[in-house]
Amino acid sequence: MKKTNPDLSVRIGLLRLQNPVLTASGTFGYGQEYAGLVDLNRLGGIIVKGLSLNPRPGNMPPRTVETPCGLLNAIGLQNVGVENFIADKLPFLRKLSVPVIVNILGQDIKEYRKLAERLSNVEGIAALEVNISCPNVKKGGVVFGTDYKAAARVTRAVRAAVRLPIIIKLSPNVTDIVSIARAVEEAGADAVSLINTLTGMAIDVEARRPKLHNVTGGLSGPAIKPVALRMVWQVAGAVNIPVIGCGGIMTAADALEFLLAGASAVQVGTANFVNPRATMEIISGIEEYLARHDLKDIKSLVGSLIL
Amino acid sequence: MEQGTATVLENRLAAPGVYRLRIEAPALAGAAGPGQFLMLRIGQTLDPLLRRPFSIHAVHGSRTVDILYRVVGKGTNILTTLRSGEGLDIVGPLGCGFSWREESPSLLVAGGMGIAPLFFLAQIIAKNGVGDKTSALIGARNKTELLCVEELKAMGLQVQVTTEDGSAGKRGLVTGLLTNRVAALRPVIYSCGPYPMLHAVASLAMQYGLSCQVSLESFMACGLGACLGCVAEMKNGDLVRVCKEGPVFDAYEVAWK
Ligand SMILES: Cc1cc2nc3c(=O)[nH]c(=O)nc-3n(C[C@H](O)[C@H](O)[C@H](O)COP(=O)(O)OP(=O)(O)OC[C@H]3O[C@@H](n4cnc5c(N)ncnc54)[C@H](O)[C@@H]3O)c2cc1C
Ligand SMILES: Cc1cc2nc3c(=O)[nH]c(=O)nc-3n(C[C@H](O)[C@H](O)[C@H](O)COP(=O)(O)O)c2cc1C
Ligand code: FES
Repeated sequence: MKKTNPDLSVRIGLLRLQNPVLTASGTFGYGQEYAGLVDLNRLGGIIVKGLSLNPRPGNMPPRTVETPCGLLNAIGLQNVGVENFIADKLPFLRKLSVPVIVNILGQDIKEYRKLAERLSNVEGIAALEVNISCPNVKKGGVVFGTDYKAAARVTRAVRAAVRLPIIIKLSPNVTDIVSIARAVEEAGADAVSLINTLTGMAIDVEARRPKLHNVTGGLSGPAIKPVALRMVWQVAGAVNIPVIGCGGIMTAADALEFLLAGASAVQVGTANFVNPRATMEIISGIEEYLARHDLKDIKSLVGSLIL
Repeated sequence: MEQGTATVLENRLAAPGVYRLRIEAPALAGAAGPGQFLMLRIGQTLDPLLRRPFSIHAVHGSRTVDILYRVVGKGTNILTTLRSGEGLDIVGPLGCGFSWREESPSLLVAGGMGIAPLFFLAQIIAKNGVGDKTSALIGARNKTELLCVEELKAMGLQVQVTTEDGSAGKRGLVTGLLTNRVAALRPVIYSCGPYPMLHAVASLAMQYGLSCQVSLESFMACGLGACLGCVAEMKNGDLVRVCKEGPVFDAYEVAWK
């Protein structure tokens, strides 16, 4: 009997991905950094480092600290700015056959809108991911992600500025993530992704100083996976738009947990640092799992958690 | 640059608290330049999570690469338990290393583990037949922590040694030997070691108007230029990636503090 290969493709609103595995913003540079190690065209999609209107220098070092099973970072959204991105980074990305999703961050609503407008008719961009959740900058970012009214305002502003699919990236540093997810859904988001990093801290006891120059940073990696999974499960049960899961995914088994909890796709972040081939292994692992369980596509898996 | 599994050939104590790890890694041996580094995956568990950066210490023939490492914490402690025959996941070679200029005399200045990448540079210099025109200044805390001195001499280099406690060579810091050398030789300086030492070497080089390349250290999460975690500040105000634009920098470009 001939067995057909399982169908790994997924849809995030109007966006079609050949498989559900995306690279998380800030952990994959602008793609080119991994070109020698990863078959970029096999990815579900690439989400690039967060962009602001103008280039940002970021925070002073030290910017990263390892914690047990985790990584604390306070990069401070260092990036080349939207114009340099279009001129210098996008030409390489355009040559790939996978969707490129641009992660954006503004200091105020006007900046989010301007960024969206600037990117709206640029060739080679498949969707925008709106970061309202970065914990490492003073203005913008997380301010919008922790208040459901502000989150909705940002979403409406970006929605009005582009026809591209928009994904709102939520912060876990809130008491009620469901209310924020519902607010951005109502404001016109095509999807939500969660989670961004959890605010954390590490101290050098000999020096009696914080280990990060910025004092606090965002925690990522396997240490945050249970929190991310719980939030994905809560949100997926409460909204009708697709949820993209992220947080501590290292292996195919981790990714499958998120799909079962209700995520339609996943993002792989810190794992890229530990194992540059992580995304490739996760894609193969999901395919193998579907075949082994006689499932013909991802749809039959998403949200199929048995309670 | 590539990711692959190397085979451990040997993992031996070279000095108190310092090990030499010899691996078979043909792709790495063929592609590596002095001053470049690799990222080692230590253990199979999630703690320690991140890879650890180590300089390429030496290349023997077309297949064998050495790493010289000091045991300082969790990861390097685990590294000491590696036995010959075991596999080791490596990514490399990474970063921009030393650019050696044959036409000028070279002066290698190493402090402590700073000898790790400079030894590979010395190998290249000796291979080009100018080992005897090359000087190396090596500093350590004490006699037992001096590394690679005999090997460098055997390669024909003129080696001078300082120790902080005076148990070998001249007492004091390696920079104490530097002034005479630079005034007489006007060499190109290649240096690696603790930050204060590099700062002193760079200041002296700049005072005499000499070319100087320094290898900087930084915490590295990815080693690939993707996370932007490892940045160092340059004089023009830019924060640049030590893993990508470095780890070797022109001493004149670094914003020394
Ligand atoms: C480009 C580069 C090349 C290097 N080459 C060598 C080498 O050839 N030989 C060698 O012995 N060491 C080298 N190092 C330093 C080496 O990476 C660290 O000593 C090692 O990562 C410590 O790991 P650990 O798990 O044992 O320490 P941890 O338990 O993580 O930390 C213990 C202490 O080690 C220090 N440390 C941890 N990570 C780093 C780091 N990335 N850089 C500097 N200090 C750190 C910190 O002070 C920390 O308090 C290099 C570092 C860089 C950036
Ligand atoms: C070094 C680093 C930089 C990051 N930069 C961004 C960013 O620019 N924009 C963003 O939305 N998220 C950023 N993130 C968050 C990740 O995209 C992801 O949400 C988070 O790391 C959790 O996933 P993980 O545990 O798989 O890494 C960054 C994370 C890390 C570790
Ligand atoms: S270590 Fe990630 S950019 Fe240098």
